[in-house]
Order: sequence, then structure tokens, then C-alpha cells
Amino acid sequence: MSDEPSNRRSFLKGAIAGSAAAVSGILPGSAQAQSTSTPQNAVSAKQGYQYFNLEEQAFIEAVVNHMIPEDDLSPKGTDIGINIYIDHALANGWGKGERLYNHGPWKKGLPTQGYQLPLTPAELYRVSITKSNIVCTERYGKWFDQISVAQRQEFLVALSSGKVDFKDGPSSKTFFDMLYQNVMEGMFSDPIYGGNQNKAGWRLIGFPGAISLHAQDVEIYLDKKYTAPIFGIADLS
Amino acid sequence: MVTKLKQVDAVIVGMGWTGGILAKELAEAGLKVVALERGDMRTAQNDYALPNIRDELRYVVRQELMQNATRDTLTARNNLSQEALPIRRLGSFLPGEGVGGSAIHWSGGTWRWTDMEFKIRSMYEERYGKKFIPADMTIQDWGITYAELEPYYDKFEAIAGVSGKAGNIKGAIQNGGNPFEGPRSRDYPLPPLKSILSSKLFEGAAKDLGYHPFPRPAANASKAYTNPDGSHFGACQYCGYCQRFGCEANAKGGPQMTVIPIAMSKPNFELRTQSWVTKVLKDASGKKATGVLYTNLVTGEEYEQPASIVLLCAFAFNNVHLMLLSGIGKPYDPVSGKGIIGKNYAYDTGVGSTLFFEGKSFNPFISAGGTNTVIDDFYGNWDFDRTGPGFVGGYIVSAGHNTALPIGYRPTPPGTPRWGKEWKAATAKWYQTSMAITTRSGVLPHRHNYYGLDSTYKNAFGQPLMRLTFDYQENELKMGVHGAEIVNRLSQHLNPTHHVKASSAKRSWNVVPYQSTHSTGGTIMGSSPANSAVNKYQQSWDCTNLFILGANVFAHNSAYQPTGLVGALAYWTADAIKNRYIKNPGLLA
Repeated sequence: MSDEPSNRRSFLKGAIAGSAAAVSGILPGSAQAQSTSTPQNAVSAKQGYQYFNLEEQAFIEAVVNHMIPEDDLSPKGTDIGINIYIDHALANGWGKGERLYNHGPWKKGLPTQGYQLPLTPAELYRVSITKSNIVCTERYGKWFDQISVAQRQEFLVALSSGKVDFKDGPSSKTFFDMLYQNVMEGMFSDPIYGGNQNKAGWRLIGFPGAISLHAQDVEIYLDKKYTAPIFGIADLS
Repeated sequence: MVTKLKQVDAVIVGMGWTGGILAKELAEAGLKVVALERGDMRTAQNDYALPNIRDELRYVVRQELMQNATRDTLTARNNLSQEALPIRRLGSFLPGEGVGGSAIHWSGGTWRWTDMEFKIRSMYEERYGKKFIPADMTIQDWGITYAELEPYYDKFEAIAGVSGKAGNIKGAIQNGGNPFEGPRSRDYPLPPLKSILSSKLFEGAAKDLGYHPFPRPAANASKAYTNPDGSHFGACQYCGYCQRFGCEANAKGGPQMTVIPIAMSKPNFELRTQSWVTKVLKDASGKKATGVLYTNLVTGEEYEQPASIVLLCAFAFNNVHLMLLSGIGKPYDPVSGKGIIGKNYAYDTGVGSTLFFEGKSFNPFISAGGTNTVIDDFYGNWDFDRTGPGFVGGYIVSAGHNTALPIGYRPTPPGTPRWGKEWKAATAKWYQTSMAITTRSGVLPHRHNYYGLDSTYKNAFGQPLMRLTFDYQENELKMGVHGAEIVNRLSQHLNPTHHVKASSAKRSWNVVPYQSTHSTGGTIMGSSPANSAVNKYQQSWDCTNLFILGANVFAHNSAYQPTGLVGALAYWTADAIKNRYIKNPGLLA
């Protein structure tokens, strides 16, 4: 799929024309955006880790490539940048506990009371990856990143159903739920966050991204698959 | 040290719909008004602009426009025997923070609540007998009427730019609208939004089965619009980024692009952002509010703002929290049933089915907040006999996509693995080809569902967190069972390739998944100080110069969304203050 600068220009023009008076002045960068562009399919700049240590890097790469394997529908997880997305999320505000009420006393609570651990997301990953590798070593004799595909599948299924005991640690299901949500975020969030590289997640399902002036499309694409170039925030900035 | 500021005529706490409406109305009446907002000033031009507003991670997942739980949250438990624990990450409900409040990120659903709500106890008792209402269901008449509010609904719909189709104009039933709505003086200010495929399919099924489908009324401008105050709306672009997002086109009605800029143009109005109110102050008699205490969040300094009138216009549960922290009125005690403040917390619930259609293309990202088709045959329809199902209330049923963005919305048929090649193939196939049919019911109040102050956990200001005790009861289960049957009948009529059926089971409220921000009650409206915190003008019985606005005055919750009534009551209260209270301060009767 080619995403020509002309498409972006028409999007920007449409944005101004389409929303009438209310939108005037909302695109301060539009003149500049018309003169330069980055082809959407360009290979993304190589991204490095900000948070994960070597054990954690190996673990997360094995997880995202197991969950999102390469096939005709998409590249594999690390090629989509899902590992990098998660690393950067943990290195930044969310991972450090932004918007989390983080005061004690700490109680286990009921499932209906939600997250009650005294850990930020970054801390939960750190302890849980270590615990996962301890359990994998007990069961399979190796860390998660060294076991077979079938063993990885077995371990992740056990993790997702809370059947792994992180002795003296957090609930393994709490960790899995966060991990799974973060993998999906890395697959489907805007590429500015490091995942969804080349819009692989959006291409998979036909989601058009940040293009979203559809007043005429309601009728044009009624029960017809919408097809258009896919743009992320960076393409339009 | 607290710095005491100069006295003003009115101080407003919170700048969402109610604060914005009162700010404009009272400033225009010549009062010296100061508004205190805990969040930031934001505008569509600067903060909700393209392309950055099109960011699901930032606005939906990371909740950028919402209350920050690090600073203040609630503790929660399902019943009195549990230990309440803090909601450490907001989930079930998401109050907005900042100028515009929750009206920045709403979908725009705007309904008129009728006498079926305001006279709930007397109407049910008259038709079904006293025993029909469960002993622990603390519903009561509100002491206000639809006829009194009709002009104010009309006003709010015009200001907020509501698109819809009337079903009842002055008693004459209109084709294509909701035939069960209260009589309106005129049609909606804007024609309905366009129908998308999922809403069209639902409409067809509902008609075939003899129901009365109509487009959901919503403050999403179906075309460019200028409201009676001269505020400009762009036309809705069906962008698919509505709920949880600000609107770059100013097509979604909100106070930040209507009443607040008008108030701000008046020299006798001042808005102070980053101002966190910690307490309503009272005089020695306890019968008069003297102003509020607040912290400037930029400097940490504390101020006292004296005022002749105090208006609490924060999010519903933050108003109740302030009342409890300020010691105004008697806190509700669920064991004895005595006391008022905190009573009758209520919420939403519902059931739904997911339909998968091989070969269809829904384009779920082409949608608005209000591109839904609805039926009201099992709620506003008073002729619907509740005897058999045995519940008070009922439900609306609707279909249509709204903010179907891919981190959160990726339906797959049952049996699909959660990851791997098979998951990918199913996700690719069904994202385009599925829709849902859902019900919405108001939770009816129960004597054990209430707000109090937590005895353990504190907010950033050292004050006790609000403690919410809430769970679903038998009445909700019955509405769910009946609703599931109707939803499944409608779904099967459409003959989907796969159908995940709606079902209802006894379950407890869970703080984690998003359900609804429609938290009601806590400072309820009623006919006397013995049964309520405020009179029908949202005026405190305890301190007559204190007004508590918002869904916190609702004595119960409805299947309809709350904002239409919140807005109408704000205009109604503004009129009462401007035309009567100012001339003769005291209890409005």
C-alpha cells in the first residue's frame, strides 16, 4: 500500500473544509506538513531498550514472538516493535505508577476490588519475569526464552488462567493480564509509541488510523469495506 | 496559613456542564462570580487538535482527560461485611477533570427523564401495589414534575446542539421518534445523525418484531449549527473517536465551547483553574455556608473564598464527598436507615449479545457517539406490564458502533484462542464483521448502596477518601434476564453467522472494567428535609445558600443517560436563583 504525500494533503484540506468554522486554526503545522513527508513504509529507526535488563529482554521478545508469530498476515512481534513498546511504557510515566493510587496499607482484596499490589507496573514486570523463569526452570529446566514453542504455549496458558504459583510473589494472573493488555497495546496503538511498526496491527484488521473525517463515508462505504491509506499521528504532524 | 480573599456573590466549585451553565447565567445576572476548577484550562484549538487527539492509547487506555487517582480516588466494597480498599486505578467509572469536566469526553447521549422517574414510588404503588416494591429498594418521589422541567430540557437541548427525532410534540406522536417520550414543545434543534449499518440492521429487526426504533438523541451536531447563545458547532465527522476524546470539530456539545467562554467574556466572572476545594465553610449556626477553602495546586497555598452563594458543581461523587468532608447534613447510616448524605447511590447495568456476520462490512471506525438506534418499548413505555418479570424500571435496547477502536474493540467468536496465528486470522476477519446489541438499565437504589468516608485511606490533601459500598441486587438480575431474552430474539432475527447470546447471572460489581460513569445519588432531591438533602431547586435544606447540582441529586437512576436531566436542572436552578433567590434569599418554595 502506498501512502503518497498527496493523500495526506487531501486529508489536511478535508480536515479544514469538513469541519467548517469550528476547526479554523487547529492545524498550525499544516503548511509545513505539506512540504515534507516520510514514506510510511520506510524501515523504522532501530529502537533500543530503556528499561528491561538482558533476562527481561529475552523473555519479552520470546513472549511477543510467540503471541504474534510471523505469517502472511503480519510480521512477528519484535518486528512490529511490541517488545519496544512495552519497554518504553514501563520506562515512562505509566510504568512508574502515574495515575495509580499508591499508598498503603496494602491488602490482598477481592477480585472485584481490582489491582492492590504495592508495585508499579515496571516493578511488577521485574519481579514477575524473574519468577516466571524460576517456574520455567523448575518445569522445563530452562528459562522461558530457551524452551520449546509447545512449552511456551503450555506455560502462557497456565499463566493466563492463574495456574502458575509465583511463590512469595504477586498473583501470576495479575501479571499475565497486564502483559496481555500491553501486548495488544503494542500491536494496535499509534506507532509513535514504538509498537505497531509500519502499522502492522492496523493493516491486519483494516483500521485506518488517525484518518477520520467520515461524514461522507457513512453512505459511500455502507456495507462496503473501507479502504484508504493508513496514517498515524507522525505522518500527519 | 490560609489567605482570606475578598467576598464574592457566588463561588462555583467545578467547571463542567452545571458549573458552566450557572457561571454564565449568574454572571449575566450581574453577580460577581468566581469559579474554582481543580484541572486545567483546555480548548479544542489547542488541546483536542488533529492529529494528536486521534490517540486511543493516550485518551482511552491511559485516561488523560480523567480524574487522577494518584491524588484522589474512592475506596470500594460490595457490602458492609467487606473491607473497603482503594480503587487504585480508575476503571468502572471515569469522571473527567479540567475545564469542561466529563462533558469533554462524553458521547453526547441526551434524554428527557419523565414523571415515570419523578413519581416513581407513587406510580408503581398505584399500578402494582405497595408490595411490588422490594422493602430494601429506597425509591421515592422527587417532588418535581416533567411539566416544570420541559422548557429547561428544551433550553439545554438547544444549547448543547442535540441531534434527534421527536416522538411526541405536544401530545401528537411523530413517526420515527420515540413514541414513549414525554410531550415536547418542539422537535430537536438538529436532525438525527446518519444511520450506520449496525444501527440500520437493528432498526429493521426491531420494526419486524413490532417495536419502535428511533435514533438515539445525542449532542453530536448532525450539521454545522449556531446555538441560541451564538456558539458555533462544526458538523460531526463520524470520526470514530468520540467517547473519552475531546472533539476537534466542536461538534460534540460541551460547556467549554458554549457557556464557559460566554461567562469568561464577562468582567464580573473569574475562573481559577488548578484550584482544589477541600471544604465548604459554615458559620457558627451551621445553617449558612460562608464560602469554601481551597488549595492552589501550583503553589500549594490555601485560600478561603468567602461567598454569599456556594454552588457545588463538581462531578457527582465529588460533590457528595465535599458534603461529607464539610459535615453538612447528617451522614447516611445503612444499618438504621437514618441520615441523608450519601444515601441512594445508584449506577447502570446491562446485558448484551455479539453478532458475527460473514461477508458484511461494518467499518466500525466510521461512527459517532450517537450513531445508535434504540427502542424504549421496555422502559419509557408505561404500558409494558412489569407484573410477570417482577422488576421496577426496565431497560432500553440499542445497537450501533461508538468508539470501536482496536486496542479495546476486537471481537472474535467463542473458541478463538487469545493469541497466535489463529487469533490473528480471526481478528482480521471479524473486526469488520461484528456488531453488538445491548441493554441499559438504571440500577435502583438499595438501602445498603451508599457513600461514606473511609476510615483508613487518605487523598493528597490528607482527607479521608470517599468510600463506596455498592452491589447489584435482585431487581437488576430480573431486568437482565428479561432484557437478555429480548436481545437474543432481536439478534436471532438477524440470522448472524455466529451469535454470542446475552445472558444475565447474579454477579457482583467489579471496579476494574469500564462500565459507565453514570453514578447517581448521595445528595438526593425530595419533598422534605426528612427524606432528602436538597429541594427541587437543588438547594440544600441545611444551608439555604448552598446549591448542590448534578446527578448526585437524582433519587434513583434511569435507563436513560443522565446529562439531559443534569442540564435541564441546572437551567431550572439558575432561573430560580436569578429570578427569586437573589431578591429574597432563603428557602425556595
